[in-house]
Amino acid sequence: MADVGYTSQVHEEEAQLGDYFALLKPRVMSLVVFTALVGLLAAPGSVHPVIAFASILFVAIGAGASGALNMWWDADIDAIMRRTAKRPIPAGRVQPGEALHLGVALAGLSVMMLALSANLMAAALLAFTIFFYAVVYSMWLKRSTPQNIVIGGAAGAFPPVIGWVIATGSFSVEAWLMFALIFMWTPPHFWALALFMKADYDDAGVPMLTVTHGRKSTRTHIIVYTVLLAALAVGTGFTAIGGPVYLGTALVLNALFLKGAVQVWQRDETAADADGYRVEKRFFRLSLWYLFAHFGVILLEAALRPFGLGGW
Amino acid sequence: MPIRAEHEIHTRRKGRNVGVGLMLAGFVILVLALTFTKVTNGDFELPSGTEISGG
Repeated sequence: MADVGYTSQVHEEEAQLGDYFALLKPRVMSLVVFTALVGLLAAPGSVHPVIAFASILFVAIGAGASGALNMWWDADIDAIMRRTAKRPIPAGRVQPGEALHLGVALAGLSVMMLALSANLMAAALLAFTIFFYAVVYSMWLKRSTPQNIVIGGAAGAFPPVIGWVIATGSFSVEAWLMFALIFMWTPPHFWALALFMKADYDDAGVPMLTVTHGRKSTRTHIIVYTVLLAALAVGTGFTAIGGPVYLGTALVLNALFLKGAVQVWQRDETAADADGYRVEKRFFRLSLWYLFAHFGVILLEAALRPFGLGGW
Repeated sequence: MPIRAEHEIHTRRKGRNVGVGLMLAGFVILVLALTFTKVTNGDFELPSGTEISGG
């Protein structure tokens, strides 16, 4: 088995460095880097730039490790779903064992190095996040409950808290508000995706809400979570990480997001099929901008603060 | 079968090996920079009970 890579018959399928990088889910990593950086910079006090850079890098590596472990565990269903069939393991370029070893090694390395560069609390939180994504979400929840996205969303919500703890060594309400923003945003974001990628989750037997409770119920869930998210996002504007710029942006974005959710909720499958899920796809794209903009203005408020402009 | 100094696997995996080498070098530099930053930071303290001997 181990000798397969040394024969000349498998040249074309041999993994390149880019395939191992793909195991780390670079798109998820970029979101983790961004939100962790916002958490770090929005926190009171200052961190030496070298320590901040190294710490965020180790958080990114930890996120990559959990991505590799997720791909190792989910290789069987990834092969079935159109969206994931070209990932390195189902495509046959990387052996499952390689992904497991890479994930475990990078997880250990990232946690240990974060403890050295920042503090033990941040390292413990990173370790818990990796465990939560790889074990609680991937192994326990994803294939067993339609609430997989809701609870699993917590894993993606931890990075700004880790960033905050890197800077301060402790937790605060503001850090948990950033956590809550991502936590509440995740379900409508993924359920919108599930609405127009229906066949994928059906075929793989993943109990997405669209499969277990039907599409009408999913649309209702989207609007309920969006209303709660909008209240939370606008409310955050009145805390220490908010400010006039944040509040103005949040009001506009949440009005748009609510409008999108209402449109998704009002539609039925006939209308959605007729126009190729145009409204659902637009809502999904808006959700990406929504999160990016909220964290962007939190960062902006923090950047303006030294000049006496940011915050209240 | 004679041992060739340059097996074809060396050329085939050159990209991978160079990439891993560069990453390891980057890691060494990062740890060096981290150590330098921490030691030269104003609040750096040796663990209690540690004595600097010599001289």
